[in-house]
Amino acid sequence: MTDYTFAYLDEQTKRMIRRALLKAVAIPGYQVPFASREMPMPYGWGTGGVQVTAACLTPEDVLKVIDQGADDTTNAVSIRKFFQRTAGVETTEHTAEATLIQTRHRIPETPLTEAQILVYQVPIPEPLRFLEPREVETRRMHALEDYGLMHVKLYEDIARHGAIATAYAYPVKVEGRYVMDPSPIPKFDNPKLSDSPALQLFGAGREQRIYALPPYTTVVSLDFEDHPFAPTKADHACAICGADGSYLDEVIIDDAGGRMFVCSDTDFCASRRTATGEPADA
Amino acid sequence: MYVAVKGGERAIDNAHAFLAEERRGDPAVPELSVAQIREQMTLAVNRVMAEGSLYDPDLAALAIKQARGDLIEAIFLIRAYRTTLPRFGASRPVDTGAMACERRISATFKDAPGGQVLGPTFDYTHRLLDFKLLAEGEAPVAPTAAPRRELTPHITEFLNKDGMIEVEVQSDVTPPDLTREPMELPADRALRLQSLTRGDEGFLLGLAYSTQRGYARNHAFVGELRIGTCSVEMEIPELGFAVEIGELTLTECETVNQFKGTKTEPAQFTRGYGLVFGQTERKAIAMALVDRALRWKELGEDDSGAPAQDEEFVLMHADNIQATGFLEHIKLPHYVDFQSELELVRKLRASAADALREAAE
Repeated sequence: MTDYTFAYLDEQTKRMIRRALLKAVAIPGYQVPFASREMPMPYGWGTGGVQVTAACLTPEDVLKVIDQGADDTTNAVSIRKFFQRTAGVETTEHTAEATLIQTRHRIPETPLTEAQILVYQVPIPEPLRFLEPREVETRRMHALEDYGLMHVKLYEDIARHGAIATAYAYPVKVEGRYVMDPSPIPKFDNPKLSDSPALQLFGAGREQRIYALPPYTTVVSLDFEDHPFAPTKADHACAICGADGSYLDEVIIDDAGGRMFVCSDTDFCASRRTATGEPADA
Repeated sequence: MYVAVKGGERAIDNAHAFLAEERRGDPAVPELSVAQIREQMTLAVNRVMAEGSLYDPDLAALAIKQARGDLIEAIFLIRAYRTTLPRFGASRPVDTGAMACERRISATFKDAPGGQVLGPTFDYTHRLLDFKLLAEGEAPVAPTAAPRRELTPHITEFLNKDGMIEVEVQSDVTPPDLTREPMELPADRALRLQSLTRGDEGFLLGLAYSTQRGYARNHAFVGELRIGTCSVEMEIPELGFAVEIGELTLTECETVNQFKGTKTEPAQFTRGYGLVFGQTERKAIAMALVDRALRWKELGEDDSGAPAQDEEFVLMHADNIQATGFLEHIKLPHYVDFQSELELVRKLRASAADALREAAE
């Protein structure tokens, strides 16, 4: 029971996933069906990302795993441990040192490089799913580039709320063709999707889909001329490192409902404190 | 001063240790052996084998023990193990007509060759708690009879001979494999049956029940329900012939459903089919009803909009491992997306308040 292959998946499965990845890279933003395997962690907990990571890892890779921007959230710890055990690769918490980063819900603040792969865990890969529940229908809509429903939804948001009422998993258009779900990252992160030097891979295990953004792909967040897309964050600076341009978590600190705002990207925050001479674990 | 939350790793290790201790329960009570679970919790073992899609009573019993009796968790353990196993090949189709039946009943004919055999069923037990079991009494020895030598024919074959029931289309095409290829919709019947046989018993039960209450009613009679063992044969290329490699207990349910026909085509009964690992008859009957409901299109029936007729709805939601994973994932941290919604709602509220103020001025 201990002799699993490198990075757990058997070689045929990895080959099957790599083929799907190649197709995904060739058609940016298109959802490629793949024969997702049952993993030893639950569906919905990153099985798609884990399979993509397993298919991409080499023994020389340095792996970083984050959830909500943080390396030490429970599920990030669990996935990192999984690859430590099954692949024996080196791991890091530093974005700049990693060659492969698996993430859930965030893009690191530190700009990525051509030497890096970012793997996203995706719960619902279909951006049209909550407008049209049927897969048979949504695949047809993508094939015909029939995205009217999405624009109507965004318009109705504006009519009802005065603004587009989508704050995360904000839909994007890839190279002027496919509308894509960027996974539930806050829309603050959307601009980082476009023209990224890093290869971005998206894995949805339960839904059996893989999609990709090759390096330097143009990714545009959907909007209207008179209601342009605007990335937003809490209107504060980080209470720990003072950064005023990073995405912030809101933490309730006392019984009276007092709040503080801190960087969601824990490595970014710690590196800034180290740079200013403060102990990182203060 | 707020300190960023650390220590996820230690928390996980401690939680696992706590879990292991809880699993064992009171150490003063003797520990359950896997063999005890396999022999005395047979129907739980059967469910885990069926929905785990792996016929191995020992591993299923181990999974039940490890999962503290949570059957979906046990099924998950089996699935995750199963996916790592190499494929040596495929067996020949199992011949359920050659089944050594332990139980075989028909609701459509009072008697037929092979007879009505009740077998080890709860059906006519009165559901009264048996307090004798508290005292761990020995089980009574059941009377035995000589096993039947001849094959037990399928009841629907008798209808088939008279052309009274639709003929199943024969095919030697290799069916698609749900576990090796992504599910593509629309699915053919072979793929649907694969999905149903490993689908969640409770989900199928609910769907099947809904058809009985009028949501795509298809008037099912249990033509035959049989439970017993079948041999599994595999073609060995080096030998050039098939050899028996093992035996499975299976439950098969064939339903005889509402007839169809036109002025030119004579009326004929239609079929639903259920086949499940182990003694799992609730599941097999439910499967047959749902199979029949999903066949509305090929049988030229109306889409009444019932859930059980909706292939995508049924197949995409029948798998309890997918369902429980996604359901329970909402326990995971969602600070980041929730934060973005907090900001949005605050902004929307602020602009609504501004609009109200302006209107008042």
